[in-house]
Amino acid sequence: MANYQGTRINPKNYHRSQIKFFLILVPMAIFMALPILYIFSTAFKPINELFAWPPRFFVVEPTMRNFEVLFVEASSTGVPMTRYLFNSIVIAVIVVFASIFVSSLAGYALSKLKFKVKKPLLVLNNIAIIFVGASVVIPRYLVVESLGLVDNFLVHIVPGLAIPVGLFLIKQFIDQIPDELIEAAKIDGANEFDIYVKIILPLIKPALATIAIVSFQGVWNNAETSTIYIHDETMKTFAFYMSTLTNRANAVAGQGMAAAASLIMFIPNLVIFIFLQKNVMDTMAHSGMK
Amino acid sequence: MTETKLPPKISKRTKEELSGMGFIFPYALAFLTFIIVPVVMGMLLSFTYFNLLEAPRVVFLSNYVNLFTADDVFMQRVIPNTVQFALIVGPVGYMLGFSLAWLLAQIPHRARTILALIIYSPSMTAGVAMSVMWRIIFSGDEAGYLNAILLQLSLIQEPIQWLTNPDYLLTVMIVVTLWSSMGIGFLAMLAGVLNINQELYEAAAIDGMSNKLQEIFYITIPSMKPQMLFGAVMSLVATFNAGSIGVDLSGQNPTPQNAGQLIVTHIDDYGFIRFDMGYAAAISVILLIMVLMFNYAAHKLFGERD
Repeated sequence: MANYQGTRINPKNYHRSQIKFFLILVPMAIFMALPILYIFSTAFKPINELFAWPPRFFVVEPTMRNFEVLFVEASSTGVPMTRYLFNSIVIAVIVVFASIFVSSLAGYALSKLKFKVKKPLLVLNNIAIIFVGASVVIPRYLVVESLGLVDNFLVHIVPGLAIPVGLFLIKQFIDQIPDELIEAAKIDGANEFDIYVKIILPLIKPALATIAIVSFQGVWNNAETSTIYIHDETMKTFAFYMSTLTNRANAVAGQGMAAAASLIMFIPNLVIFIFLQKNVMDTMAHSGMK
Repeated sequence: MTETKLPPKISKRTKEELSGMGFIFPYALAFLTFIIVPVVMGMLLSFTYFNLLEAPRVVFLSNYVNLFTADDVFMQRVIPNTVQFALIVGPVGYMLGFSLAWLLAQIPHRARTILALIIYSPSMTAGVAMSVMWRIIFSGDEAGYLNAILLQLSLIQEPIQWLTNPDYLLTVMIVVTLWSSMGIGFLAMLAGVLNINQELYEAAAIDGMSNKLQEIFYITIPSMKPQMLFGAVMSLVATFNAGSIGVDLSGQNPTPQNAGQLIVTHIDDYGFIRFDMGYAAAISVILLIMVLMFNYAAHKLFGERD
C-alpha cells in the first residue's frame, strides 16, 4: 500500500522526491540573487561596457577602475571617500561591541534577576520591537539637540545601543539557561557580575553573534544619522556618501561607481553573516513569542 | 542575634534589586532617551502648532481634524497607498517567508544553507545601498536595465518611466520591498520548522493524515506558533519601516503626483519640508496606532491564550 509516510523534516540525504522542492526554491533563489549579481557585475564593468546598448548583464572584461575612481573621488565638499569609510568602520566596531555588552547585561537582568521595574520594562520593550523609527524623527531630533549631540560623534553610537528586538532575542536565549547553574555559582560566592562574565556570556555566544549582526546591519546601513544630526562633512558615514551618489548615478558613467560603492556596503554584511550563520540559527530557535 | 540576622536578609534582596537596576541601567537609559521619550514627546507635539522657530502653541485637536478633513493628499493618496502597500507587503511577504522556510526544511542541510543564505541576503542590503542600484535597474530611459530587456524582447515599444510614472511607482516599491523582506523573521520561521519533533509527523501519518497541506495546518503551524508570531511581527516591522522607499526610488518627496506617498513619507514631507512639526507628529501618532493595531491582531492570531 502506498501509505502516506509523513514529511521528513531536515532529511539527511538527497532523494529524488526532493526535486519538486528544488524546482521552486532554485528559481526563487535566482530571482532573489539577480539584483545582487547585477551589482557585482556592474561594479567591475569598464566604461565601454557601461555604455553598451543593449546593456549586458555579465561583465566581459572585469576592471577595478570603478573602485579606483571611487577611492580617489572626493565628495563635492572635498572630503575623500576613504574618510567616510573610516568613520563607518570605527562607528560599526564601537556600536557592535557596545550593543552586545549593553543588551547582554540587560538581557541577564530581565531574565534572571528580580527587581521592581522589570515587568514594565519588559512589556515596553516587547511593544517597542514594532517601533517605527521614522515616525519619531522630529521629537528624536529635539531630544538629541537638547543633549548637545548634534554634530557630536557620539550621536552615531548612543541611539544605536537600544535595539528592542536584540534584547528580546538575547533574553529569550538566557531564559534557557537553568537557574540551578546560577544558584550553584552564588553558593560558591560568586557575585552577579562574576556570574554574568563567567557563566552567562560563554553560554550565550550564539545570541551575542545575532545581536552583532542585527546591530551591524542597523549601523552600517544608516545614512539617516549623518543626514539629520551631522553637518560636519568629516563626521559623516559611508552610507551617507552612498546616498549622495544617487543623484549622480543617473549618468551612465556614475553607475559603475555606485555599484562599486554598493558592493562595499554589501560585502561586510555578507561576510559577517556567513561566519555567524550557525549562531543565528541557534538563536532563532529560541525566538518564539508568546 | 536577631539584630545581626535581619540586616543581611534585607540587604540580600536589596542587593539583587540594586544589581538588577545596575545591569539594566545602560540599556534602559538609551531605550528611554531615544525611543520612549521621543514617542511621548511626539504625542504631546501632535496637540500643538510648532515650526521649530517659535515655542509650540497648543492647538488641541486641530491637527487631527485637519488631517482627516482638510488634507486631500492624506485621505486620497497616503491612506489608500499605505493600505495597499501594507496589505501586499505584509501578508504576502509573510506567507512567502513561511512557504520558503517550509520548502527549505524539506531539503538536505548543505543545499538548504546555501539557498537560505541567498534568499536572506537581500535583507542585508536594506535602504540606501540598494536604492542606488534599483534606480539604475528601473531607470526610465532606454539604457535602464529593465527597459532594455523589455525593449529587446519587444514587449514594450518605448521605455517606461518606472520611477516617475505614477502608474508604476507603487508596484515597483512593493516588488523592491518584498524582495528585501526575507529577514530575521524568515530565519526564525526556518528555525521553527526545523525544530518540530519528527515524531509528531510520524504519529500523524499513522493516525491517518494523508497529505502535506493537512500536515502544515494541523502540525507545522500549531507547533511553531511562537515563531509564526515572531515572523508576523517582523513582517510588520519590515512593512512600516520601508516607508521611505518611494522617496528613495523616485528621488523626490512628495513622490510624483503622490503616487508613492506612504505615511512615513507624508511625515517627512510635513516635518522636514514644510516645518509643521505638530502636524507631522499627529500623522506619526496615527501611524503608531495603526502599527499597534496590527501588532495586536498578530498576537491574537498566533499568541498563546492564557
